[in-house]
Order: sequence, then structure tokens, then C-alpha cells
Amino acid sequence: MKRTKKAGPNYDRYGWIFISAAFLLYLIFTIYPAVESLMLAFQSLEGGEYIFVGLKNFKRMFGDAIFLQSLKNTFLYMVLQVPVMLIMALVIAVMLNSSFLKFKGFFRTSIFLPCVTSLVAYSILFKMMFSLDGIINQALMHLGILDAPYQFLQNSGWARAVIVIAMLWRWTGYNVIFYLSALQNIPKETFEAAKVDGANAVQTFFRVTVPQLKPIVLLTAIMSTNGTLQLFDETMNITQGGPANSTLTVSHYIYNQSFVYAPNFGYASAISYMVVFIMIILAIIQFSVAGKEG
Amino acid sequence: MVKEKIMRTAKRVILHLFLLAAVLISIFPFYWMLSGATNSSVNITGGAMWFGSNLKENWSNLQGTANVFLIFWNTIKTTLIYTFLAILICAMAGYGFEKYRSKGKNVVYAMFLLSMMIPFSAQMIPLFKMASKANMLDSHVAIILPTIAMPFLVFFFRQSFQSYPTELIEAARVDGANEFRIFFQLVMRPMKSTFAAAAIYAFMKQWNNYLWPLIVIQSNEKKTFTLLLSSLSSAYYVDYGQLMLAIVLATLPIIIVFLTMQKQFVEGIVGTSK
Repeated sequence: MKRTKKAGPNYDRYGWIFISAAFLLYLIFTIYPAVESLMLAFQSLEGGEYIFVGLKNFKRMFGDAIFLQSLKNTFLYMVLQVPVMLIMALVIAVMLNSSFLKFKGFFRTSIFLPCVTSLVAYSILFKMMFSLDGIINQALMHLGILDAPYQFLQNSGWARAVIVIAMLWRWTGYNVIFYLSALQNIPKETFEAAKVDGANAVQTFFRVTVPQLKPIVLLTAIMSTNGTLQLFDETMNITQGGPANSTLTVSHYIYNQSFVYAPNFGYASAISYMVVFIMIILAIIQFSVAGKEG
Repeated sequence: MVKEKIMRTAKRVILHLFLLAAVLISIFPFYWMLSGATNSSVNITGGAMWFGSNLKENWSNLQGTANVFLIFWNTIKTTLIYTFLAILICAMAGYGFEKYRSKGKNVVYAMFLLSMMIPFSAQMIPLFKMASKANMLDSHVAIILPTIAMPFLVFFFRQSFQSYPTELIEAARVDGANEFRIFFQLVMRPMKSTFAAAAIYAFMKQWNNYLWPLIVIQSNEKKTFTLLLSSLSSAYYVDYGQLMLAIVLATLPIIIVFLTMQKQFVEGIVGTSK
């Protein structure tokens, strides 16, 4: 008895000890860099020294054609890819959850498989597939659709399409995992009750399944949006941002501004905080849309 | 009745066919990568779809381009050290947040969660400057250190420790066990599945890490697999057979982990575990 009483006030201290290592690393490697980036965003290299320049970096963005292009590209990926992917993932998840399905394990494993590949590896595979001598061109010529191989990655529209297709391949299964696990948590009685009430499959899907999945759909929507805003590995390895910056993403542009062109840390940091700002705005929009529907 | 039965069968057939199509699309790039690793560059661009006999030559070509064993070692070393440290430190933090609740800790925890919204691009420049000042550019320590304290893993562990009964911890205290012994000997044991899921998550993240190594690693001797793949594919002349083999070598370990531990893998992604 005596011991537990004595240890009482120390419990809190033990808690801090358990947290300390993570907290220290977090302060040094997350908070400090994030704060320094924020300060850099208001500075510019002039005469070999970083000096405070106010909002100059932020003003510069609006006149920077390449930045505006990269922003446009990023939004294009988001608008094209995220909804298609989430709808496909939802449909596949509902199918995988069907009680009539045979070989469930086989279907699940195969559909999850793409999301284990590294972003670099699958990007290179897709680049090879859509290259001039790649398998897509061979197949299209074989089928008589094309007479001569087509330079998919040299055409700005097609190059963007290839990136969207590649991302759909890599990430759809990933979202299926979320939806499937959420579907499995919906009590069976809910579906049975719908059946008793005479609802058909489509009605059940929209009236029962979708409302129950709303929180997880919101989560995956925010994750995918943030993922798209940070898109880098794919454009770097499939198109290197080309042709003529038509596939360049904001993150890729930040990388170029920091480590490829003459380093411009102040401007690059300002752009990265623009990304943070956009992320917050989009998250607020997504939350309020989800709130209104419910 | 007969019509209804036919309709039902048709629905089931369509369901299976649709999913089979999805499976074929999912699997095809893997098949193409495996068969490509055994074909010559000329055969691959000529449309070879079946396994060839060029595996040995691709392997010796690949070794001629890069020290594959060293790169494999660099990747496995950084990944395993990272995984070990990340799950140890994040598990302790998750445990601290969950079992020693206090106002101050809740504030810190909220900070952890909020920082999931900060993109890496808003951290990488100061991190690069730090690594450069500390003379740690081009080192594996620089790859590992910055991302050990992963907010997602802290969150994951905290959620998981909720299911561990606090009464057992209190009972151990009454028996005179100290707090660290309780954590390492009592709590960790039955949570194996949680740790496995977290380990897979951390392993995948580091094995596939690209942007940060691309920034800090400069010499060929320190490169990891993702950097090798990227440089092979952007070379002036790309040897497809060699590149495909390199992709297979970089991807196979992860696929094996996935196939053997799919349950924990899924838990690690969704962020729950029972």
C-alpha cells in the first residue's frame, strides 16, 4: 500500500519519460524545420545573405508562370484522379464484401498488391509501358488501333493521363483496404433490416452503406487530397515534369527551386507554405461538405 | 422462379468477372516485371510476354552498372534500424500518452496529430541545412533520424494500447514492478500483432523512401534501392532487362512480407489492431 501511494505523484513523470524520446526528435526534426521554413518564407537571398523581405516571395508566386502551371497541374490530378479512384475503390470494396463471392482471399490479396510497390518502382514500370517502344504501343499496333508507335509521354495531355492512370493503379487498392474494413464493421443486421424492408441492392448501397461509410470516405478524401498535393515521386520518375512543365506538380517545383536550379530556399519555403494553406482550406471544405450532407 | 434464379446466377457471374478484370489489371505489371527480368532489352521492346533466358546476363549487366549487394545492404540496414527505432520510440510515446494521461500530454499529443498536416516539402530545406551543418550529408544516419518520431505511429500505438487493461498495470505496480519493466515485459508481449503491424508500416515507409534520400545521399556507395532505380531509368541508354531485374529485387522483399503477414499489413494501413 505504502509503495503505491508513494509512487502516485511520480506516475506523471514516468509518462513524460515514455514520451520524451519521441517528443525530442519531433521538436528537432519536425517543429524546428517547420518553423524555420515559415521564417524562410519571408526571406530572400540578397548579396549572399538571407534578409527579411516581407511578402515578396508570396507576391512573386502570382507572377510565376511555372508555379501557376504546376498549381494547375496539381489541381487537375486531384480533380481527375481522386473522385474516380474513391468511387472505384468503394465499388470494389462492396463487391469484395459480397457474401456470394468465392475465392475471397485471392481477390483481396491481388487487389491490395499494387499498394506495396514503391512509388519509384511502379512509376518506372508505367514509364516503360507507355514509352515509344513500350508494351502499350505494341498492343495498340497489334490490335490495329495505331499504325506507328505514339509518343504518349511527349504529349502534354497524354503525359498527364499516364500519371493519372498510374496513380489509379497504385492507390485504388489502398483505399479498398479502408472501405473494406469499414464495411466489415457495419453490423450485418443493418443489411438484413434493409432487405426485410424490401430495399434492392442499389437502394441499400446509397441508403445504408454510403451513410455508414461517411467518416471513412472523408478520411480517404483528405488523405488523397494531401497525397496529391505532395505528388513528387511519380512526376519525377515518369515525365520529370515534362513536356514543357505540363506534368510538373507543386512539390516537384519546390524540389527544383531548392535543389535543382540555383537554390532559392526562401521562395521554395513560401511555396511549401502555400501548399499548407491550400491543404487547410481543402480540409475545411471537405469537412463542411460532409457535415452538411449528414 | 426459374427466371429469378437465372438472374441471380448472372449477377454472381458478373460480380466474379468484374473482380477478375480488376485482378488482372492489378497483377499484370507484376507479371510483366518478372518476365522482363528474364528477357533481354531487345526482346522486351520487341514485345516478349513470356519468360526468357536472359536472367543471368541481366544480373551480370546490373552488377556491372552498380554494386547491387552493397545497395541491397544499404537499403536493408537503413530500413531495419529505422523500423526498430521507430516502433520502439513511437510505442513508448503512445503508451505514455494513453496510460499516463494529463492535460500537458494531451496538448503535446494534439500537436503530434496536427503536424500530420505539414507536408515534407515544408521541412526538407531546414532539414537539409541541419544535415549539412552537422556534416551528416551523404550518411545513412541522415536518412534515418528525421522521420523516426512518426505521428501516425504514435497515434496507432495510442489507439492500440487503449485495449490493454489498465487493471493489469495497476496490479503489477502493487506487486512492485517498476514502470519500465511493466511496459517491456508485461504490456509488450500480448501486443505482438500491434507491433508487427507497426513494423510493417515503418519497414515499407523506409524501404520505399525516395525524396529525402535523393536530397541527402550523393555518393554511389551510400545509395539505396529507390535511388538506384531512379538513376537507372533516367540514364541516357536504358537497358530494360537490367532495369526490370533491379525493380524485381527492390520489390520482392516487400511482396514477400505482404503475402506472409497480410493481416498485420492491413492493420498497419488502416491504423487499428485487435
